[in-house]
Amino acid sequence: MQKIGVFVCHCGTNIAGTVNIDEVVENAKHEPGVKYVAEYPYMCSEAGQSMVQKAIDEHDLSGIVISACSPRMHETTFRRAAARTKLNPFMLEMANIREQCSWVHKDKEEATNKAHALTRAAIAKVHHNTPLFPGESPVTKRALVIGGGIAGVSCALDIAEAGFVVDIVESTPSIGGKMAQLDKTFPTLDCSACILTPKMVDAQFHENINIHTYSEIESVEGFVGDFTITIRKKARSVDMKKCTGCGACYDKCPIKKIPGEFDEGLGMRTAIYTPFAQAIPNVPVIDREHCLKFKTGKCGLCETVCAPDAIDFEQEDELITEKYGAVIIATGITPISLDKFGEYAYTSPDVITSLEFERMTNAAGPTKGELIRISDKKKPKSITFIQCVGSRDVAVRSKTYCSKICCMYTAKHAMLVKDKYPDIEVNVFYIDVRTPGKNFDEFYRRAVEEYGVNYIKGQVGKVVDNGDSLWIQAVDMLDNKQIKTKTDLIVLATAIEPVKSVRNIAGMLSASIDTNNFMTEAHPKLKPVESPTAGVFLAGACQGPKDIPETVAGAGATAAKVIGLLAKDKLITNPCIADLDPYYCNGCSACEKVCPYGAISYEDTEINDHGKKAIRRIAVINKALCQGCGACVVTCPSGAMDLLGFSNRQITAEVDAICR
Amino acid sequence: MPLNPNSSFTPLIVAFCCNWCSYAGADLAGTSRLNYPAQIKIIKVPCSCRIDPMFVLRAFQKGADGVILCGCHPGDCHYSTGNYYARRRITLFFSMLEYLGIEKERTHLEWVSAAEGNKFASTMRKFTEQIHALGKNERLEDIR
Ligand SMILES: Cc1cc2nc3c(=O)[nH]c(=O)nc-3n(C[C@H](O)[C@H](O)[C@H](O)COP(=O)(O)OP(=O)(O)OC[C@H]3O[C@@H](n4cnc5c(N)ncnc54)[C@H](O)[C@@H]3O)c2cc1C
Ligand code: SF4
Ligand code: SF4
Ligand code: FES
Repeated sequence: MQKIGVFVCHCGTNIAGTVNIDEVVENAKHEPGVKYVAEYPYMCSEAGQSMVQKAIDEHDLSGIVISACSPRMHETTFRRAAARTKLNPFMLEMANIREQCSWVHKDKEEATNKAHALTRAAIAKVHHNTPLFPGESPVTKRALVIGGGIAGVSCALDIAEAGFVVDIVESTPSIGGKMAQLDKTFPTLDCSACILTPKMVDAQFHENINIHTYSEIESVEGFVGDFTITIRKKARSVDMKKCTGCGACYDKCPIKKIPGEFDEGLGMRTAIYTPFAQAIPNVPVIDREHCLKFKTGKCGLCETVCAPDAIDFEQEDELITEKYGAVIIATGITPISLDKFGEYAYTSPDVITSLEFERMTNAAGPTKGELIRISDKKKPKSITFIQCVGSRDVAVRSKTYCSKICCMYTAKHAMLVKDKYPDIEVNVFYIDVRTPGKNFDEFYRRAVEEYGVNYIKGQVGKVVDNGDSLWIQAVDMLDNKQIKTKTDLIVLATAIEPVKSVRNIAGMLSASIDTNNFMTEAHPKLKPVESPTAGVFLAGACQGPKDIPETVAGAGATAAKVIGLLAKDKLITNPCIADLDPYYCNGCSACEKVCPYGAISYEDTEINDHGKKAIRRIAVINKALCQGCGACVVTCPSGAMDLLGFSNRQITAEVDAICR
Repeated sequence: MPLNPNSSFTPLIVAFCCNWCSYAGADLAGTSRLNYPAQIKIIKVPCSCRIDPMFVLRAFQKGADGVILCGCHPGDCHYSTGNYYARRRITLFFSMLEYLGIEKERTHLEWVSAAEGNKFASTMRKFTEQIHALGKNERLEDIR
């Protein structure tokens, strides 16, 4: 039997004005297990707290109830007071007789009765309290960033600046992401490479940053503060330490007609290549699928011209295993496939996506910045942009969301054309123009008002390539009439979506993703850069469509959260977490499915079943990950789960006491 | 606050509130001094998904006349998905109450945010009136 102490607070007249304290005290004395009852004008004051502490020691109390204000107000205060005695701080419950009693009821008798009932419930609960001990887990002061786009790079720089080691894993041969492919950037029209390259170089030379390009995440173990992650560095076939980046190899490579990924297939690359001139690291990769040496065993020209002898055909994938305290997912976006959008005639060489257009207008791109029709290499007389291709549409082939960046980059593209070729006619088909943001609407209006770009509110129904020009059938939604018009080049503002590999990454890290494969935030408003899984953070467009300013701002926020975690030496874990009775667990996986934090896994465990030893698949709770929501407890069909601090017994005791 | 001066019936109502939104909403009703009937007695749970239907049955068995469950608004659950599980589970559970001999109207599920002190108080007033109209819960008395 517990020895319980009850402390009733007057809170000046806040409680005592409506609640008859003497009556509450008197009634409490008759509750089972109650050994000591006291009252005081301000229990939270220094004097009040020492009174509680003294009573605990003098009367050897095993549990206490504070009938006072809301536990949201002072539970921590009184837990601290209890911790100064020999009592475990979790052997304390509060009865909320102020916010939920004296302040909301006027009738003194009713309020007094209720204060008594609430105190009774807290006493009943304390009977079933058990001492709880917050756990501790270590923090490895190192972060891993997955994805080396602008999000990953700026987040890594911010973390590194705070003094922590950061590794970046990038799947392609260079960091930079989509931003590296862009020509100019809205809303200022500054050159993308000019603002991105210095950041990439900063990351490359930062003493706290290690970059693993042409690499993937192989496996993940562990949890917040203590992840063990294996990275697969794919064989580059070039020794990173020896290569000087001279480029003699790709000049000599005889395989020259491979559609280059970086140029969105508009330009060709060799079998040994660096994706672009400012690539970091500036070390080529051999594409083994196309390399003659790998296909036929003959060639090796690159090896003969490489002065530092860096080519290594025998190189194998390398596995690196490292410990991390935090992981940041920054895998970004990619345009959707247009295979199912036959009406836009994307198979025609003169119908291109916006990203292809970026490469075409880029002075370092496949056409050296010259705007041409791919089919006949002629300069177009008219260009038509079509917005919302695959966005904001409920059809299965499309995305229901707005891709957000297309209105702005289409206005950008239209102005870039007009800047270079004022004589080209530029039309834009749109559904709505959405340009909120600092200097964004002004930017779009400039396209219309200063550059004379012709915006047509209407949906394009069909595009036909008749050889020397493209025919467009559309509806002008303002005049409600059919349009049939001719143009020379069409640019499709294609919807963006998360990269495919993010599903696999999210799976390995038990981070959740939404139906569109965007990463889910721990809280849409209050935890916008954290995943629901502790220690896994999010940055950039993998969370949802974002432009560069938003990506960089968000990545800074992510870095702040990561730094906050890495600055700790150890994590103190909440002890009010799920509690399993292995004897009743049948390993059904019901709890694992509802846990929002991936805190439950399974292990083959030896169970003593009435003297018979048996190996059974049993749930195991990760104490560092469990947040104590209780979802698993109510879901468990076997009654094997309970929640410490809010156990079935505790809550049932409260119900019984209130209904008494 | 006697709702019907002519009736001597004072209902007993148990309210389960999740810690992050609804319990805080109830506290706000308090700091804003908003009145609601003293028959409402709140039990704090971490999340609406912690409310086991067995707790509700237990309350009815022990003589509660009404049980109200409160959680964060959909999309706002502190644990992201808890209230979705609660909504599914509790809706199903409510639909089986008649079968157990308890009028469905004796229960209610409501989303109350930490900013909705007003909504908390008015919900509690309305629910108490509803229970008042139903009268005493006598059907489970035999198994008490
Ligand atoms: C056509 C077009 C024009 C645009 N124009 C503008 C503009 O003018 N102004 C502007 O502000 N924004 C513009 N944007 C948006 C801009 O590109 C994005 O905001 C930005 O690229 C988002 O950065 P990110 O780092 O989140 O993603 P990304 O740039 O996509 O980078 C993600 C990186 O992660 C890597 N990665 C992916 N999966 C893995 C994996 N599994 N393992 C390891 N690495 C992985 C990728 O290879 C990539 O390097 C434009 C976008 C497009 C498509
Ligand atoms: S209490 Fe919640 S967080 Fe903890 S294991 Fe159960 S479902 Fe997961
Ligand atoms: S739901 Fe219950 S029985 Fe099933 S695995 Fe989890 S703890 Fe075990
Ligand atoms: S925390 Fe309020 S419903 Fe989950």
